Amino acid sequence: MAIGVKVMERPAREVSYVRATLKGMALTFKHMFEPKVTMQYPEEKSTTEWSISQRWRGTHRMLTDEQGRSKCVACGLCPQICPSNCIKLVPGEDEAGHRYPLIYEIDEFRCIFCGYCQEVCPEEAIHVGVHFENAEYSRGRFVYDLERLHSQTHPVSTLWDPSDPRGE
Amino acid sequence: MTPELKGFILLSVIKMLAVFTVVMVGVALLTLMERKVSAWMQNRRGPNRVGWAGLLQPAADGLKNILKEETYPDLANRVLFLLAPAMSFIPALLLSAVIPFAAPLPVDFDFTLGPLGAFSYHGMMPMVVADLPIGFLFVLAMSSMGVYGIALAGWSSNSKYALLGGLRACAQMISYEVAMGLSLIPVLLMSGNVSFSAIIQDQQAGLWYVLPLFLSFFVFLISGFAETNRLPFDLPEAESELIAGYHTEYSAMKFSFFFIAEYANVVTVCAMVTTLFFGGWDIPGRWDEQGGVLQTIATGGFFFLKLMFWIFFVMWIRWTLPRFRYDQLMALGWKVLMPLALGYIMVTCTAIYGIEHLAGIVDPKLRALALFGVNVVVAILVFGLLDSNVFIKGSNRRQQTSRALEKRATVTG
Repeated sequence: MAIGVKVMERPAREVSYVRATLKGMALTFKHMFEPKVTMQYPEEKSTTEWSISQRWRGTHRMLTDEQGRSKCVACGLCPQICPSNCIKLVPGEDEAGHRYPLIYEIDEFRCIFCGYCQEVCPEEAIHVGVHFENAEYSRGRFVYDLERLHSQTHPVSTLWDPSDPRGE
Repeated sequence: MTPELKGFILLSVIKMLAVFTVVMVGVALLTLMERKVSAWMQNRRGPNRVGWAGLLQPAADGLKNILKEETYPDLANRVLFLLAPAMSFIPALLLSAVIPFAAPLPVDFDFTLGPLGAFSYHGMMPMVVADLPIGFLFVLAMSSMGVYGIALAGWSSNSKYALLGGLRACAQMISYEVAMGLSLIPVLLMSGNVSFSAIIQDQQAGLWYVLPLFLSFFVFLISGFAETNRLPFDLPEAESELIAGYHTEYSAMKFSFFFIAEYANVVTVCAMVTTLFFGGWDIPGRWDEQGGVLQTIATGGFFFLKLMFWIFFVMWIRWTLPRFRYDQLMALGWKVLMPLALGYIMVTCTAIYGIEHLAGIVDPKLRALALFGVNVVVAILVFGLLDSNVFIKGSNRRQQTSRALEKRATVTG
């Protein structure tokens, strides 16, 4: 032996194959009668053990004010900060001088769900949502327009709060 | 043809169809059972979507595999490539023909069936497809045939993983065939006959052979695992090393055939364990002396229970133990199991000679009890040795020995 390997001197009860096998079999047998942890997904989406985090960053929502208008003032911060460049914003202005988005589209395929758009939004208008069931029948449906962003109903993400880092 | 012969043929055909159907359906359900048992042992639920509690899952799997694309490697030997799944599958099924699964059924009929003429059968019909007088040797011969399918699959695929898997399967099955055959010699010594019916009769008269021949059972069980390529000896597949071993290149139904063969082999080995060491269809006590239809049904059910227990045991082991390393596998086969089986033959020979000729005990029950006594002593000795880390050494133990030798060499030299 060229390399000096430290060899532990262990008592037979620790290295015996027979006892290890029996012990292992007892363990697996015991596990057969333990409560199952599988979540039956389409039927149950959260259990007492597990539910989706309130910080989950999923597909977006645009919040609206009392008159049902978009809260967005088309300031352009979100397309500016977006690292994957997935937000398309064309600003417009009404007679009273209020800015609003003429076109606001998010390509959910390009989005990396970093949540920066929500963090940067001064009006708390755009949010990432606590939602993960996004299946569609065509690729085109993954570009969410303003109407779609308004009509989403899932809860919005709380993101990470520096004053409460552990979410308590 | 006489009506008696025709009656016999008719009954045989019925038995064949019944056994074939039960084995095929059973094998399909075993794939589900395997997945369920593995799930339960890992605190999961297992497949439960297709049909009630997932019972139709095997059907869904089968349908999927039939509809999948059959792929052929470009440079594969097409004939052997097609032949190999069938070759591993047929011996596995053939074996189920010689296992008696219930007490003989009293049959008494006499009827005429149009142009086919008269059929008649009177007497006891053995509940086994073929009550071969050489039953036992047939099993040994056929179980080693299975290696051809696997070796050819590995060879004809023209893939290095498949070839390595096939080679491993060959080496492993041939090595463990030796220990398996030797471990069964004490059974033959005990029963004095190679036919399964005679072996079961002797166990009925005496004790189930697991008691007087415990070590045989132990060696047979371990070599059975190796013969069926099940964990902890599934080196021919060894997905972490060889992708899928010998069936790497197979797809669709041909791939399924290897699985069917594996499970059919499991059923056969478990049926062998049940028949040779757990009394076959025998129910302990005086119950099975009355005869009749009810007895056939009850014994058949009891055989099925024992069989299911052993199948469960095989799965239990699979989901408990990790895979052996290749050298450990070979060392266990040749250096532990084979000497153990050989030594045990000596012990059993001596014990049976002593009991029958020196002590003059011929009553099967007393003889079995006496051998049981001998066996307890032998088992304690062997398991003591196995447990004391002398027989099978861990790698650290081996290192210690070689270190000690090295030290001695430096001191003397």
